[in-house]
Amino acid sequence: MLELDTVSKVSNGEAHISDVSLRLESGSLNVLLGPTLSGKTSLMRIMAGLDRPTRGRVLSDGRDVTGEAVQKRNVAMVYQQFINYPAMTVYENIASPLRIAGADTATIEREVARAAELLRLGPYLQRTPLNLSGGQQQRTALARAIVKKAGLVLLDEPLANLDYKLREELRAELPKIFSESGAIFVYATTEPSEALLLGGRTATLSQGRVTQFGSTIDVFREPVDLVTAQTFSDPPMNLLPMEKRQGLFVKPGMRDIAVPAGLTELADGPCTLGFRPHNLSLRPAPGTTPIPARVMVTEITGSESYVHLIHEDQRWVMLTMGIHDIDADEALEVHLDTQHLLVFDRDGRTVRARTTGA
Amino acid sequence: MARIDLDHIRHAYLPNPSRDEDYALREVHHSWEDGGAYALLGPSGCGKTTLLNIISGLLTPSEGRILFDGRDVTGLQPEERNIAQVFQFPVVYDTMTVADNLAFPLRNRGMAEADVKARVAEVLEMIDLGAIAHRKARGLTADLKQKISLGRGLVRADVNAILFDEPLTVIDPHMKWQLRSQLKLLHRRFGHTMVYVTHDQTEALTFADKVVVMYGGEIVQIGTPQELFERPSHTFVGYFIGSPGMNVLPVALDGARARLGAQSIALPGAAGATEGKRTELGIRPEFIQLGTAGMPVSIRAVEDIGRHKIVRAVIEGHELAIVLAEDSSVPADPHVTFDPAGINIYADDWRVKLGG
Amino acid sequence: MDKSWNNKAWFMVLPMLLLVAFSAVIPLMTVVNYSVQDTFGNNQFFWAGTAWFSDVLSSSRFHDALLRNLAFSGIILLIEVPLGIFIALNMPRRGIGVPFCLVFMSLPLLIPWNVVGTIWQVFGRVDIGLLGYTLNGLGVDYNYVNDPFDAWVTVLVMDVWHWTSLVVLLCYAGLVSIPDAYYQAAKIDGASRFSVFRYIQLPKMNRVLLIAVLLRFMDSFMIYTEPFVVTGGGPGNATTFLSIDLVKTAIGQFDLGPAAAMSLIYFLIILLLSWVFYTVMITNDAKG
Repeated sequence: MLELDTVSKVSNGEAHISDVSLRLESGSLNVLLGPTLSGKTSLMRIMAGLDRPTRGRVLSDGRDVTGEAVQKRNVAMVYQQFINYPAMTVYENIASPLRIAGADTATIEREVARAAELLRLGPYLQRTPLNLSGGQQQRTALARAIVKKAGLVLLDEPLANLDYKLREELRAELPKIFSESGAIFVYATTEPSEALLLGGRTATLSQGRVTQFGSTIDVFREPVDLVTAQTFSDPPMNLLPMEKRQGLFVKPGMRDIAVPAGLTELADGPCTLGFRPHNLSLRPAPGTTPIPARVMVTEITGSESYVHLIHEDQRWVMLTMGIHDIDADEALEVHLDTQHLLVFDRDGRTVRARTTGA
Repeated sequence: MARIDLDHIRHAYLPNPSRDEDYALREVHHSWEDGGAYALLGPSGCGKTTLLNIISGLLTPSEGRILFDGRDVTGLQPEERNIAQVFQFPVVYDTMTVADNLAFPLRNRGMAEADVKARVAEVLEMIDLGAIAHRKARGLTADLKQKISLGRGLVRADVNAILFDEPLTVIDPHMKWQLRSQLKLLHRRFGHTMVYVTHDQTEALTFADKVVVMYGGEIVQIGTPQELFERPSHTFVGYFIGSPGMNVLPVALDGARARLGAQSIALPGAAGATEGKRTELGIRPEFIQLGTAGMPVSIRAVEDIGRHKIVRAVIEGHELAIVLAEDSSVPADPHVTFDPAGINIYADDWRVKLGG
Repeated sequence: MDKSWNNKAWFMVLPMLLLVAFSAVIPLMTVVNYSVQDTFGNNQFFWAGTAWFSDVLSSSRFHDALLRNLAFSGIILLIEVPLGIFIALNMPRRGIGVPFCLVFMSLPLLIPWNVVGTIWQVFGRVDIGLLGYTLNGLGVDYNYVNDPFDAWVTVLVMDVWHWTSLVVLLCYAGLVSIPDAYYQAAKIDGASRFSVFRYIQLPKMNRVLLIAVLLRFMDSFMIYTEPFVVTGGGPGNATTFLSIDLVKTAIGQFDLGPAAAMSLIYFLIILLLSWVFYTVMITNDAKG
């Protein structure tokens, strides 16, 4: 188990990490999700022991390892760039951590074969990394991290430089590989969809703070605040500022929306409604309310259409099934599914996230 | 703005190509309409960047000609072709201000300063950079730098074509949505011929009117996003477009029915001559209904990815991905039915027409 | 809850500290000691206070040597930096020419200072030197032994020959780090050759140029061996730079006090000028 206890990192007067506390269980897959410069890499460097936190402690299985050098910890790291020893064969690359650890030949052969099988590198073991595709190079780096049998494996956007489809394949394989070792895996990414596909647990980061940490699907469905909701949305979350007056959300030029039951904590006054692109539709249905909007542009993905809308000063995206090539600048009414709303109070805290399956 | 004709173009990086495999780009013979938005989509090494470089003039093809509006430009340098290009990584002139960066291509061509000012102001407004027009480009974030590159690509109104080489690689997901829709909007407004290279299907499908799917140095299909989704002409297109991609199941054909193990599936029509060829049935995960009627499947895993669920099932010993709506659940005794409209039949990887 | 760092590491540095103390700090202290005392031999010393310093600072001999140094460094930078950039720009960026050019460029840098001096001393001689003999044969009245101007030209050309390569190699390193996309974009933007240089190559070379200028300035300001070997500071005092003057004072005349004061002033001047250079260029860099 790896524990970060109110860890902060300040360098050159700039706070890179602020008061982060996390508990990562052994054998778990943890996703760090946040935009570029939100502190993902800084946090990983602290976990690895490459950097020392300015404040706070790092505990490994209850033992204080703050400031302990990375060489003394059992850590493996995989980066966005494909880092391998260029002059060694794939076999030697994978074997290198074992050789450093002084393992015997039989062990090395067994472990390399196992890792190569897991990552489907069998046919390439005698090649050098430069004669491999990007995907194969990154698999080699991953295999090296696996044979090291590290207690903590840090993956810093490992798939970012790969082709879309390759990324999809590796992403599907990774959780399987993870679940077989008992290590703690930490996976940094900027893409919400990647976090969802990986599953496990997710910590959302924004400006050096962890805004929420929990099971990935829960964080996605029930973000604790607006920042988390925005971090964990791709396409971006649609927002609608309104005013709560007793049992209704009201806004001039729009039909009132009934405040969902059980929202007793929300005080009257300004608030923000958040909803995802697929909660908007072109046709009314039970439980929807019409909202006027203007079409900016439509994107068609084959089976679905993303309609970019403007509602007053807000930019929205609507996702509808089927091909709808609506002309730009056309004014229309879109229908908002009021059953799946997120409500944020004036401080941006979620007042009640909808429950699963509601 | 121009129509682009690719006339029997082939390209090999080797000096004396003899076999098909020697060519990085095999025979390409197409005509791209004036004002169209085209995306070249494919995995790395499929030849898409080679083709782009041939269009921009950075590369002269081994064989064939390239024409802009009927004029042969095969031997011309990039600067003589009157095109604009946006690269994968932001190219900005660090020491210039944002506005000067945009003005650079115009000033180089001797445009009057008043016109330069007006045009730059217009583009700055289009790409939302007005607020930092007079900041030095150095020290801006990658997002903003790439916006400047895009702006420089758009600033000349009279270009024959604007070429994009994976321009959103360095952009964060949120910004991608904005930039992509903005590009699309600008295309609608100004009608430039645009060619966009990417390995990302979402970018290709959302950006382009026509997507050119490339694989192994060949164009395997050119079509609208809808055509590529519903009628992939090659199993590679089915696999590469859509996530998860199309399920491809080996079947034996029997008139208007396909046999998959013990199951028999009704087809919309009978396939033509497929004797001696490997026959497969393609069905997208979106066209499969999971319920209690139809063919029995066993469920291996259910992945909840938020907007919907992906069910990993096994049918007659073959993997099958199924897309399930957000609020639905897997029945106790799972069966599937295939929507006939979503069924395609392939012989040796190429789609065959199903007659009535 | 900060844990203290492991202080044992400092012990590892101790031998180095002792070495530096013996090789630099103690000699420096000796120099400081000499600079404030006078001696008439017999190891007898008298307190002289700041007398030597004011003597040196007011002596025209020191002023002249300092001016020569400044002129020399100025001319060297004006020639070597643009020339170095020009050569770097024209070196091939790929192909078999690259290793050839690199080796060719590195050659002068590998030759020891006094050998360079000797080469040019012989090369320029009117009687047996290829250069001197040929020039005179062509009717050019060239003689670095008699003519101060010729002596200067010889020393300058020698330094340019010896050190331009350093600027070339540093600039070249800056140039090859520019991605191809920049050149392609500039072509497509219709940029002229000069625009490419001004807006792409120069900004990207900024940092290495700073290092090149600093190195060349410090080195040329401390120049000693080559002019000493070639001209010995002459004719007259025409090529007597501060360093040569210093040696003359200390060893030739055995004026230890003035020599010590002079070397301290010399040291402070170099420090000050280097600092000014560095600060000015760094601020420019941050602004640009």
